[in-house]
Amino acid sequence: MREQLEGSQAVARTVARCRPRVVAAYPISPQTHIVERLSDLVRSGDLAPCEYLMVESEFGAMSACIGASAVGARTYTATASQGLLFMAEALFNVSGLGLPVVMTVANRAIGAPINIWNDHSDAMSQRDCGWVQLFAASNQEAVDLHVQAFVLAERLSSPVMVCMDGFVLTHAVEAIDVPDQAEVDAFVPPFVPRQMLDPTDPVTIGAMVGPEAFTEVKYLMHRRQQQALAEIPSIAADFAARFGRTSGGVVHPYRTDDADTVVVALGSALGSVCRVVDDLRAEGTSVGALGITCFRPWPEAEVRAALAGARHVVVLERAFSPGAGGIVGRDVRTSIGSRTPVVDAVVGLGGRPVSRATVRRVLEDVSAGRLTPDDLHFPDLRRDLIDSEPATRGGPRA
Amino acid sequence: MRETKLYQIGTFAVGNRLLDPEDRSAQASPDRANSITSGHRACQGCGEALGARYVLDAAMRAADGDVVVTNSTGCLEVFSTPYPESSWQIPWVHSLFGNGPAVAAGMAAGLRASGRTSTRVVGQAGDGGTVDIGFGCLSGMFERNDDVLFVCYDNQGYMNTGVQRSAATPPAARTANTGVIGDEPGNAFGQGKFVPLIAMAHEIPYVATATVADLHDLEDKVTRAMGMHGARYLHVLVPCPLGWAAAPAETIRLARLAVESGLFPVFEAEHGEVTAVTSIRGKVPVDDYLRLQGRYAHLFGDPGRPDLVARLQALADRNVVRFGLLDSDDGTQNASLGS
Repeated sequence: MREQLEGSQAVARTVARCRPRVVAAYPISPQTHIVERLSDLVRSGDLAPCEYLMVESEFGAMSACIGASAVGARTYTATASQGLLFMAEALFNVSGLGLPVVMTVANRAIGAPINIWNDHSDAMSQRDCGWVQLFAASNQEAVDLHVQAFVLAERLSSPVMVCMDGFVLTHAVEAIDVPDQAEVDAFVPPFVPRQMLDPTDPVTIGAMVGPEAFTEVKYLMHRRQQQALAEIPSIAADFAARFGRTSGGVVHPYRTDDADTVVVALGSALGSVCRVVDDLRAEGTSVGALGITCFRPWPEAEVRAALAGARHVVVLERAFSPGAGGIVGRDVRTSIGSRTPVVDAVVGLGGRPVSRATVRRVLEDVSAGRLTPDDLHFPDLRRDLIDSEPATRGGPRA
Repeated sequence: MRETKLYQIGTFAVGNRLLDPEDRSAQASPDRANSITSGHRACQGCGEALGARYVLDAAMRAADGDVVVTNSTGCLEVFSTPYPESSWQIPWVHSLFGNGPAVAAGMAAGLRASGRTSTRVVGQAGDGGTVDIGFGCLSGMFERNDDVLFVCYDNQGYMNTGVQRSAATPPAARTANTGVIGDEPGNAFGQGKFVPLIAMAHEIPYVATATVADLHDLEDKVTRAMGMHGARYLHVLVPCPLGWAAAPAETIRLARLAVESGLFPVFEAEHGEVTAVTSIRGKVPVDDYLRLQGRYAHLFGDPGRPDLVARLQALADRNVVRFGLLDSDDGTQNASLGS
C-alpha cells in the first residue's frame, strides 16, 4: 500500500519484514531514523524474535553482526560516513568469511572538515571491501533493494550494502509502497546458512591462511562477486514479477538508445538527471542517462552495452580520489575503452545539491566539448570562495 | 596410545586420586572434551595453550558440550588454525584482533533470537586483544550484560608480534619496544591497567582471576561462571616462556610465584564486590619470581637495579594489603577492596 513515509521509516519497516534475528547498530546521522524505528519495532515485539544490540561503536556493530551471522542468524545493521570507515576492518572480514550481512549505508561525506551531508565518499572508500554495493535512486528503490538484498546475500553467502543518499532520501517524505509481511515472506525464504557454529557439528571459521591458499580464497571471492552480477538481474526480475514494479538490477539506462551524450550517475541524483534529459530531448538535444544500481561488482558488460552508441560520456562523481581523479569514471573508461571520451565531473560533495541547473550545464558543456576528458572537473565549485579563502594563500590555487 | 600423566608436583593442590570422582578436575577425566587438541604449534611450555585447554574443557563439562567459542587474533588463534589444520574440536570462530567481545555478544544475541538458548558463548583473547585493542568492545559487552564468558589469557605482552609491551606488561619488564635503555630500563612504571578491577566497575555478575598453576581453582571458576548468565570475565595469568625469557619447564612455577609474591592477586567478585580471595600461604619476595625471567635480568647482577626491584616489591605489597592476601586462610574476609 502506498503511503506518505519518510525514507528511513520505510526502510526500517521493510527491513523488519525481512525478519532479521539480530540488529546491531550505533547511531550516526543520517542513519539514525532507520535504527531508531527498528529499535521500536524490536522493543514493542512487532519484530520478534529479534535481538537489538545497542553497541558501543560501528566497529562493535559490524563485529556483533559477524558473531550473529556466524551462529546462523539473519543479521542487519546500518551506518554512514565515519561509521562505515570505523567498520572498515570488519567489512573486509565479513566478506572474507562469506557472511550474508545486509547493511544500509545512508551515504554521507567523510571529514575533515566534518560534514554530515550527502555524498558518496563513504561507500566509495570501501569499494574494494568485497561487499556487493547497491545504490538506490529513490526511496521506493531503497525499500525494494533491501528486500532483494537479503535474498541476494543469503543466496551467495556474501554481504550486501544498500546505499541510499543521506537526508536526500533518508529524510525525504514521499509516497512509498512498503511490501506487506506476506509479500516479503513469499519473496525472502528462511535463512539457511552455508556454515554456522553448531555444537553438534563443530567447524573452525576464520582460520589463518598462508601463501599456499590465500590467493585461492580471494579468487573465490572474485568469482562470487561475478556470480552476483548474474543473480542481481535475476532477483530483480523475480521481484518485478511478484511486486509489479521495476527495482534493482545492475544498471538503469534511460533514453540512451540514440543518445550522443550520456550522463552516468548513481543514487538520488538520477531523478534530476532524468528530468534534465527529458528537458534537453524536448529541446532537440540527443542525450541520455545511465544509472548504475550495482557499483560492486561492476557490471562492465551492461555499461559497455548501454554506452555503445554514445559519442560523449560524462560521469557525475559524488566522491573522488584526490590527486588521481574520478572513481566511477575510471570503471566506465575501462568498460568502454578509448573509443569514447569519458569526462569526470565532481558534483554534490558534502550535501551541495545536484541541481537540474548543474546537471544541465554539465551536459551542455560536454556536448559542446567545453568539458574535456583530460582533467577532473568541478562544475559546482565556488571559485569566489577559493579566491577569497586566506588559508589557500601561499598554497595551490584553483 | 599416549601416556597419561595424572600427577602434579610442587603444588598445594590435592592429587586427583584422593578426591571423590565428582571433585576431580576436568583434565583428569578421560572423557574431557579435549577442546583444543594436540598437534598445534604453540611453543614448548606455552601457558596460553594450557590455559585455553583448561578453561574450555571445564566450560564444556559445565555446559554439557553445548558451547560455541570465539577467539581474537593472537598466538592462540595463529598456533591453533594454520589452514588446512585446526586444533579445535569445538565450534570456533576467529574474526579480528579487537572485536572478540563484540563477536561474542553477537553470537549470544543470534543464539537467543534463534531459540538456541542452551548453547553457551565463550570469548577468548590475549591481553592485547582484551585490555588494549579490544577494550572498547569488552566494556560495551560488560555494560550490556551480554550472556558471554570472556576469558583473557594474560601473558603480559604482544607475544605473537614479537614481544612488544601491552597495557598488561608489568613495569621494568624488557620487551622488544621497551628495551634495557636509560634510567628506567624496560617497561615504564605507569599507572597500570588491571582489567579485572575495571570489569568489576561495570558491576557484572562475575569477575575472577586465576592462573594455570592452580588447575582446580581455575576449573572451579569456569564452572561457577558457566553456572551464571550475563557478562562474566575471567582473567587468567599464562606465563610465556618466549616473551618472559624463561625456561619452558618453569611455566607453572612462574604462575605460582606470581601469586605467592603478591604480584598477581587471585580473587573472585560478583556484581562489583569481592567475594573471595585466594590467600598467599607462603609469601615469597618478588626476587624469587623475577630472577627466573630474562625479561628482568637487567634488575639483577652487578650493579643491578635494587631500587626498581624495591618498587616492584612495593606493588606486590600493595596488592597484599589491597586484596587482603594474607588476612585469613580461606581468604574470604577483610579484603579492603569493595568493602
